[in-house]
This record gives sequence, structure tokens and C-alpha cells, in this order.
Amino acid sequence: MKSLGNVRRSFTPWADGSAKPYIAFENVTKRFGDFTAVDNLTMHVYEREFFSLLGPSGCGKTTLLRMLAGFEEPTSGDIFLDGQPLKGVPPHKRAVNMMFQSYALFPHLNVADNIAFGLRQEGMEKGAVAERVDQMLKLVKLEQFARRKPHQLSGGQRQRVALARSVAKRPKLLLLDEPLGALDKKLREETQFELMDLQEQLGLTFMIVTHDQEEAMTMSDRIAVMDAGTVVQTGTPGEIYEAPNTRYVADFIGNVNMFEGRITAVENGLAEMEASDGFGIRAVAQPGVDAGKHAWFAIRPEKVDVTRTKPEQDHNAVEGEVWDIAYLGGLTVFNVRLDSGAVIKATVLNSERAVEDPIGYEERVWLSFDPDCGILLER
Amino acid sequence: MSGRWTWFNVSSVVLGFAFLYIPIILLVIYSFNESRLVTVWAGFSTRWYVEMFNNQGLMDAAWVTIRVALVSATVATVLGTLAALALVRYTRFTGRTLFTGMVYAPLVMPEVITGLSLLLLFVSINMDRGFWTVTLAHITFSLCFVAVVVQSRLVSFDMSLEEAAQDLGCTPFEAFWKVTLPVIFPAVLSGWMLAFTLSLDDLVIASFTSGPGATTLPMKIYSQVRLGVTPEINAVCTILIGLVAIGVITATLVTKQRVVADARARQADPA
Repeated sequence: MKSLGNVRRSFTPWADGSAKPYIAFENVTKRFGDFTAVDNLTMHVYEREFFSLLGPSGCGKTTLLRMLAGFEEPTSGDIFLDGQPLKGVPPHKRAVNMMFQSYALFPHLNVADNIAFGLRQEGMEKGAVAERVDQMLKLVKLEQFARRKPHQLSGGQRQRVALARSVAKRPKLLLLDEPLGALDKKLREETQFELMDLQEQLGLTFMIVTHDQEEAMTMSDRIAVMDAGTVVQTGTPGEIYEAPNTRYVADFIGNVNMFEGRITAVENGLAEMEASDGFGIRAVAQPGVDAGKHAWFAIRPEKVDVTRTKPEQDHNAVEGEVWDIAYLGGLTVFNVRLDSGAVIKATVLNSERAVEDPIGYEERVWLSFDPDCGILLER
Repeated sequence: MSGRWTWFNVSSVVLGFAFLYIPIILLVIYSFNESRLVTVWAGFSTRWYVEMFNNQGLMDAAWVTIRVALVSATVATVLGTLAALALVRYTRFTGRTLFTGMVYAPLVMPEVITGLSLLLLFVSINMDRGFWTVTLAHITFSLCFVAVVVQSRLVSFDMSLEEAAQDLGCTPFEAFWKVTLPVIFPAVLSGWMLAFTLSLDDLVIASFTSGPGATTLPMKIYSQVRLGVTPEINAVCTILIGLVAIGVITATLVTKQRVVADARARQADPA
């Protein structure tokens, strides 16, 4: 069976109709005055899932997280955690911990006391607290820093203290609000894998808010792409990338080329579209794609072939002029300007060290692709 | 800009400090004067200090002042901190601007008016004027100073600290007690010190609201000076100056020590 993207591990509770959701948002709406932050949202997350909320700022993703932690109450609708309604339960009585975007480390306490804070609060006895703190310090590799105050640490160290503190109480659910936002790129990439390992090691459910699509793709089992208080699409990183359900999702995740046009015919599961850029597109027709409808054809740059000669097919091929070339080492990105004026991106993998007679600037080239390489979108 | 001393820099610094400190230095020097005449130097002596301690009226006034200052500063700090919290936290309640304005207004209110209005209040509710009326009056006017100091700290306070505490199992009150208060404590302490000093040197409001048996030190000094300055008063003032100086220097040293400790910890960094 064909699969969209690589699956990190064989873990797909959402596909199992009998699985009980661990977190359930049912018709949740949250308004702040006139502003609707979350709009009639229904969403299910399963136990042990690494779930990402992805969207631009102001799309309501942090509000969702804060409602789970108990810092905000929904205006209407219900939230269930492990089958129990959360309505009216104050934050300190929820078996949920949160890692804050600002880390929120207590500046007057040292690293060990920060980590021990929640344990002492629940009345754990002294010896057990010390043992757990040591364990946590080892987990985040900060053993030598136990006596430091937060302002004596680097950004990456602070991030790890915040993480250790939020998992010290062994919550079943950990909420992470932009956990890597303040780190530089390299550290961020390392930390992403550390987070994934930690999640599997401890068997926790992670719900993470991010606006970084690469981060969401790397870490998540599933991603919910949000816009203006609603979930536009929920799916595995592969589904989101290869089968976006709207132009918004296609555009938000990765790079995409978009051709606008009208469907002229649907036959044998293939749709014919007349693109406004003056060429014919033949693409796989999903249910609902009918002749006469207005549609967009979305295709990722790495799925577009660049050739000097005209391909043999008379559809899915269009001529243009090389406008820009970006050599990125592993990849080369061609920006090709069609005669219609549209600029199309095509990436070519540099699998050989040296290329004879490479395609240069201002050359006329043909762009082509297969019918199943892109997707037809209605909105 | 270079950091070098220039003729202009040096003279402005000297002029500025001279302006500020010559009167105080004169006062300190003359407190050690042998002569009863304040303006004639007759050799070094500590006799005025001894006399000061034997002057029962002066000592009583000092004791009243200290008690008033301790009680009023403490109560004003509690109330002022609560007011600051309310002003910073509940940004969405109606009439916030009005409320903020009303807390700050006494800062710029002429003391004569504050004193007079408090006197009218105490008279109208038939409250005997004395220690408690002065203390109440001092709480009233120093409360807003505390509120301003604490509020300026709270504005930069990261609210997610308190949320994190709640997230880790604290009730809202525990979160305040275990996290917010320790973090803003320096501001609360300096609010207290401000209230304490304001109460120590207040003359106008105390004169309006005090009664028999509750004469504060500034009132006492002022009434004595009207009969002529005695070197005894100079001695009292010198001691007051000394107390304030010790307070300021200690506060500075404590802050500095923290900075040094941080620098040491950073140097010892194994990474």
C-alpha cells in the first residue's frame, strides 16, 4: 500500500474507530470581548501522541493550550481529559503540566529548587524529591548546574530546566508553548530530537504549539493546521504535506506552486484542467472535483522536472525562462518565469558532484510533472 | 564621548556636591561644637550628645516617631502592594483609569490639604487625636508611594511565573506567596523604606493630626528651633543622618554582593 510520507513508528490510534480520545475538544468556542480566538472547534488527541498545533500568530493555538492547562475557560463547549470534563477545574488540580514560551523559571530559586517546586507542592517526601530531581537533571544533562540561578544559565540550558521542571511531576499530558522558539537554529534541531526521545522514553502525550512548520513536521505524529480559530486540516506530516485540503494548508507548509483554472472534463479518475497560464493539466481527481468547477492545482517544487527538450506529453508541460538559480548545496532551486508572467519554483536534487553543461540563467526550459504528483484543490 | 576628566566635568561635579552637602556637613560639624552658640566654634566636644540623651522630651518624641514610622510603613506596604497588584492585574475592569488616578492623586496633593482634610475627618468622627491618628494619616499618604514603587516592578513581572506555579500545583494564593512575593520583594522592601522615611520626616501632616502626648521628632525639632537653635538639635539631626546613611549603604552593599556572586558563578562555569 502506498503511504503519504514516512511514518515515524507504527502508531495510528486516530485511524482506529474504537480508540478513546485522550483529549477531546467538543464544539469549543472562546471569545475575548469581540474577538473570537477559537471558533466552534472539535478535535481529538490520543494517548501517547505527539500532537502539534500549527498556525500563524493569532490563530488561537495558544488559547487552546491555555484552556487545557486551565488558565482560560471556554466561552462555550466542553473539553474532556481522559473522559473527564475539565469545566471548572482550576489549573492546580489538573494532571497537566505546561512548558511556557518564556520558560517561566522562578528567578529566586536555583535549578534544583525549580525542578523540585512541583514535587514539594504535592507533598512528596524529601528523599524522593532529591532522587527525582537528580534523575531529571541527568535526563536534561544539567547535573553540574543544580545550584545555579536561572539568570546564570544560557538560553539552551534554561530551556532544558523548564522541560525538566514540567516533566518532573510525571504528568500524563505535557503542553509545550513554542518550546524551541528562543533557541538558535542548530540548537533547535538538536533539541527537537531530544524532545522526541524524551516523549517516547516517558510515554507521555505531548501537545505542542508552534508556528514553525519544519519543527512540527519533524516531531509530530499528527499536526493540526489552524487558521482564525478553526482547524483547517488534521493529519500526519505526510498527509499535510502531500495531500493538503486547501490552498491555505498547501501554502503554509513548505513551498508550493499554484495553477488556477477551470476543470473541463473528468474521466477515468483523471481530471482535465485548463490552466490560466495557458497549458493543459491532467491530474488525479478526488471526489467532488467535477467538470465546470473552478480549481487550483498545487504542486511541490521537488516534483517538477526541468528539461531543455520538450517532453513527449502534451499536457502537464509548460515552457518558460530561467529567471533565478539558487544553489543550496544538496539542492538547486530554479525560478522559472512562464510566458504568462507567473514564476514557478522547481528543485533539483544534486546527486552528482559535477554536471556537464548545467542549465543557466535566461535559458528556455520545459517544466513537466506526472498527473499524480500534484493535487487539485477547490478552495 | 570620552570618559576622561575635563575641567568642565570636574567643576560641575564639585559644584553639584557642594550644593547638596555643605549644609549637612556644617550641621554635623557644629553638633560637635563645645560652645552653646551655634555659630561660634569653641573646640570639639560630645557634650550635646550626652545632653540630648538626657532630654526626656526629645527622647519621647523620637520614640513616638519611630513607632509611628514602623507601624505606618508596614501597614502602608501591605495595602500599597495590594493596590498595585489590583491595578496591574485587573486591566479589564471598568473605571480602572479613574481608580489609578485616585491612587496617585495624593502624591501631588499639597500636604496642607491632606493634613487639613484628615483633621476634619478625625474631628467629625470624634476620634481623639494622638498616636493612632498620626499613624493613620501617615498610612494614608505613604500608601500611594508604595503602590507606585511596587507597580513599576509588577509591570515588568512575567505573569507566566504565577501561572507556572499554579500549573505545578499551587493555589492562586500559594502562587503569590511562593513566587510573586519573593520575586517582587526588593520593590516591596524599598516601598517600605520609602514609607518609613516619609513618615520619619513628615512635619506638616503630623502637626495637623497629632494630639497631646504624640509629638513626633520633626514637630519637636521645629518647635524648639523657633525658640533658637541649640547644638542638641544638631546632634539629633546628625544621628538621623547617620541612620539614613547606614540604611542606604547597606542596601547598596546587599545589591552589589548579589552582582558579585553572580559574576563568580559565571566564571566558575565548566561549560
